[in-house]
Amino acid sequence: MIARILATATTEIHIARRNRWVLIAVLLMVVFSLVLSAAGSAPTGALGADRLSVVVASLTSLSVYLVPLVALLMSFDAVAGEVERGTLPLLLTYPVARWEVLAGKLVAHTAILIVAIVAGYGAAAAVTIAADPAALAGLGALWRLTWTSVLLGATFLGIGYALSSMARRVSGAAGLAIGLWLGLVVLYDLGLLAAVVADDGGTFTTRIFPGLLLANPADAFRLFNLSAAQATAAASGVGGAAAAIAPWQSLLSIGLWPLLSLGLAALAFRKVEP
Amino acid sequence: MTSTLTISQLTKTFGGTRALSDVSLGLAPGERVALLGHNGAGKSTLMKIILGLIAPDSGQVSVCGAAPGHASARAKVAYLPENATFHSALTGLEQITYYMRLRGEDTSGAMELLDRVGLGFAARRRIGTYSKGMRQRVGLAQALIGRPSLLVLDEPTSGLDPVSRRDFYELLDGLAADGASILLSSHALTEVEARTDRLLILSGGKMVAQGTLSDLRREAALPVALHVTAHNGHDSDILAALPGAIRVHDALHLNCSQEDKLATLGRITALGGKVADLEVIPPSLEDIYSHFSRRDGQ
Repeated sequence: MIARILATATTEIHIARRNRWVLIAVLLMVVFSLVLSAAGSAPTGALGADRLSVVVASLTSLSVYLVPLVALLMSFDAVAGEVERGTLPLLLTYPVARWEVLAGKLVAHTAILIVAIVAGYGAAAAVTIAADPAALAGLGALWRLTWTSVLLGATFLGIGYALSSMARRVSGAAGLAIGLWLGLVVLYDLGLLAAVVADDGGTFTTRIFPGLLLANPADAFRLFNLSAAQATAAASGVGGAAAAIAPWQSLLSIGLWPLLSLGLAALAFRKVEP
Repeated sequence: MTSTLTISQLTKTFGGTRALSDVSLGLAPGERVALLGHNGAGKSTLMKIILGLIAPDSGQVSVCGAAPGHASARAKVAYLPENATFHSALTGLEQITYYMRLRGEDTSGAMELLDRVGLGFAARRRIGTYSKGMRQRVGLAQALIGRPSLLVLDEPTSGLDPVSRRDFYELLDGLAADGASILLSSHALTEVEARTDRLLILSGGKMVAQGTLSDLRREAALPVALHVTAHNGHDSDILAALPGAIRVHDALHLNCSQEDKLATLGRITALGGKVADLEVIPPSLEDIYSHFSRRDGQ
């Protein structure tokens, strides 16, 4: 079983390397992280936090958009691509379970994501610490951001596999992935914000709104990192609500979402008839 | 001797149309069987059911003693899809190594396997740069991994040149001699005739004939064509001696049944010097194939 999963993972890494996905993911993360850390390092002292914690707060806002995007870009092709190329029937006649195929792809894509995240955050942290050694105090926040980013990435990899299985065509899967990214990461927050403004402190804001934030993996990720760091007020649009939600709640959401999305992906892949 | 593949009364319907109806067949170890049929006759559907890729509506299928698609069946069955395709970013060697690892085989034999199908020279090139024939050979190579008990080959020689075809059938002969059963579909009737033990003809989802070529020839009882060329001026004498003959250009054409063949030849030789030349044309494999595949359905 392990050997078959690793065999698939090795093959997927070969493909991602040739298709330049590794390079694209790493470059995206490094460039954006460096830009943010340069932009965010100017107004420090006034906040009373160390420089790195401030950079982590900026990186959190960046990762909420970028990590899901990179994960979806790597995963939308996973099943639909095999169907469209015609490679799936042959693969499924091999003595390998469908979930093993998916697990192999997940291992490879997560590994690439980890490399990209570590490279991006590492570059930003190195620049910040070089400028101000006192920033070392923020390493805890950086570590928290790193592993929660990996979990966020895994969640969206699973969502990407599920969409890819349901669409069965690459173009359809790409459309669904972009739509879902826009919905979960951009429009969801806008909608919530509009609802909160309209509600003006009523029951929606106090009762339903925190639950809706937790239900969205991207929002849970942002909440957890911003409330854990002390820089909440500095960078959060929906920061006010963060105070109402305990960190263990957002952590639970971050931890459950990968299991949920990968379970969904496995179910959707099982329904694909080659 | 237990058979490698047993199928009885298999039926499969796709949205109201019968893709397969009441198909039964068996394959013994070491047997090479060709599956013939026009496009849409149900060949690929039958193969996909044997591989466990799609489920039949009714009927029993047993592959190496297990249900089709079961892990123990998949471990013993190799498949070559029609127009085999692979990820274009991988090299031939990477692709074969991957398949060997999925089958739990030692990957040190990957290069040797590619050499066996004549792809050693391109092993480290991307499959995206391969020609159709080369991709087909990657398909062949993966079907040879791990000594399978049953090979299911969907038009394996399409895209191969004549020399590669001969090499391919020699590979199959070796596998069959080692006890592997082979089920292959093909449109190239003449090569199938010489290289397989038995023919199956599917038409409109029904098994319309099965047996060796001579069985089928006898069963079809198609007429033999005789072409007689007369010496100048003797046409009418010959026409008179051979009732049923007709004039086509300079020759006289005559059809007769297998039983009457020798008697008719006797009458022609009795004409002696009036006959310049004689050609005997037995029914071709194509004629027999058309006879069976048109009898039903069309």
